[in-house]
Amino acid sequence: MSTAPEKTVPQAVADATLNAALSSSARPPRPSPLSAAKTFGWRGMLKIKHVPEQLIDVTLTPVLFLVMFTYLFGGAMSGSTSEYLQFILPGILVQSVLFTAVYSGVALNTDMTKGVVDRFRSLPIWRPAPLVGAVIGDSVRFAIASTIVVALGFALGFDAGGGIGGVLGAMLLVIVFSFALSWVFTTVGLLMRSPSAVMNTGFMALFPLVFLSNTLVDPSTLPSALEAFVNVNPVSSLVTAARGLMGGDASAEDIGLVLAEAGVLVAIFAPLTVRLYRGKS
Amino acid sequence: MTATLAIEATGLGKSFGKTRAVDGVDLAVERGAVYGVLGPNGAGKTTTIRMLATLLRPDSGSARVLGHDIVTEADAVRGLVSLTGQLASVDDDLTGRENLILLGRLLGYRTKQARVRADELLAAFGLEEAAGRLVKNYSGGMRRRLDLAASIVVTPELMFLDEPTTGLDPRSRNQVWDIIRALAGMGTTVLLCTQYLDEADQLAGRIAVIDRGKVIAEGTPTSLKASVGGGALRVRLVDPGQRDEAARLLGRVLEAEPHLEADPSAFSVRIDDAERAADAVAELSGAGLGLAGFSLAQPSLDEVFLALTGHLAEDDDVEEAAA
Repeated sequence: MSTAPEKTVPQAVADATLNAALSSSARPPRPSPLSAAKTFGWRGMLKIKHVPEQLIDVTLTPVLFLVMFTYLFGGAMSGSTSEYLQFILPGILVQSVLFTAVYSGVALNTDMTKGVVDRFRSLPIWRPAPLVGAVIGDSVRFAIASTIVVALGFALGFDAGGGIGGVLGAMLLVIVFSFALSWVFTTVGLLMRSPSAVMNTGFMALFPLVFLSNTLVDPSTLPSALEAFVNVNPVSSLVTAARGLMGGDASAEDIGLVLAEAGVLVAIFAPLTVRLYRGKS
Repeated sequence: MTATLAIEATGLGKSFGKTRAVDGVDLAVERGAVYGVLGPNGAGKTTTIRMLATLLRPDSGSARVLGHDIVTEADAVRGLVSLTGQLASVDDDLTGRENLILLGRLLGYRTKQARVRADELLAAFGLEEAAGRLVKNYSGGMRRRLDLAASIVVTPELMFLDEPTTGLDPRSRNQVWDIIRALAGMGTTVLLCTQYLDEADQLAGRIAVIDRGKVIAEGTPTSLKASVGGGALRVRLVDPGQRDEAARLLGRVLEAEPHLEADPSAFSVRIDDAERAADAVAELSGAGLGLAGFSLAQPSLDEVFLALTGHLAEDDDVEEAAA
């Protein structure tokens, strides 16, 4: 690691500027919980700006998935690549964004090893603000990943029966679900010892859920035990709803189910994360 | 309630598993002073500071910080103190300026005010040029200065500093010391944890010496030194073979037990009255013992520590990082 050269000779440190800086800080009123959380969201944005590498996974993986699956399986699965694209685009959207959610846990785990967390915890702010802010910030990442998938889908010739409204609705639903799933990974992030352990655990858990779903294949072609699993897999319900929204034949029931699942995840894992975060020291 | 003391701790204790990291610490720190907490690694300094800064819950005893209980009124305490931890408490992935704006906003400034305050602090701490660089590219001294700047975005009434100069070069260390003096000059109470004896000696008006989770001595640097007695006369001979004879002689003249050093030609003898050193040295020459050199040293806090604990203020391999 390179250290920056110190050109400024701060003998200036002990002089009038310092005394002025020390004396000119009347205490402002405490920020509201929302404003504190928003500030942490802003911190998340800055990290994306300064460490754009972490977006590469987020952007590259969906592109690879979509192109590979479309052209590799398209002919075999649906007779033509364009027809298969119609089928898998909503599924790839779900898949890409869900994998991104693992990074919420990785980022939190990394944060906990740094001294800056001590400072946050010694501030007079709403205690869960750093967590809520980080997860809100992560939603921007979900939005980026989903925009890339959808844009590429259109470029490859996807025909949205649900129109722009349907596509945006599907994206929003996926982002909401991923926001909920983020809380699962922040819990994992506080339980695991290292960022890479969080990443491995997260991906190991997501792989079967994402692939043993109706993302890539029609579940009716599966052996019955597997089909039963696929049908109760929450990822399947999300894919079904997203497919419905994009195709223009969404049912309120499907969407409601996804929102309910998201609500359950948040209700269980958000308090759990906050509890673990508070007890951590 | 009248809170005359900045920190008032009684029997503060904390265990991690079987390790009793802090074992009944009592502290009484006056407002507006720099108070040193001195001890080797693993003595329980960091754990104590983390309890007082409300980051850790004590499992025995109690403490009031600026009149507020650290457990039941933790939020009120947080509103009045700031903490500069052992690991610099700044965000490596942000620029120096962003770090300060972030804290300004978290403390309740509007974005614009937070920016103004950040720039003011960057200028005061000589970080203007580095303001737009990521903190991970900062030198150790720059990180520490930013860390201190972050602690005074809003001037705290009490500042906890946990080993603020560990790992810094002498020049950066002096800068940090200047900042601490300036802070104290403005009336902020500073609780300074350090394992450097000269640091406590230079900055603190009072010092608590802490070892194995307990306060073993408390007082002004001068009184602590006095409790150990005067200085020591150190003598180095030309011929190591004469050491025993010379040590016996000086021991008799100065009425103290000579201490043989690792260097086979050197020894030292405690001396209460510096005036007698000249006579003592003259006696050596008179006896035909060749001197290579001699020196008269005031007791250092190192010696204070040795006298108080029976061991040196070095690492004793107790893990405190986890605390």
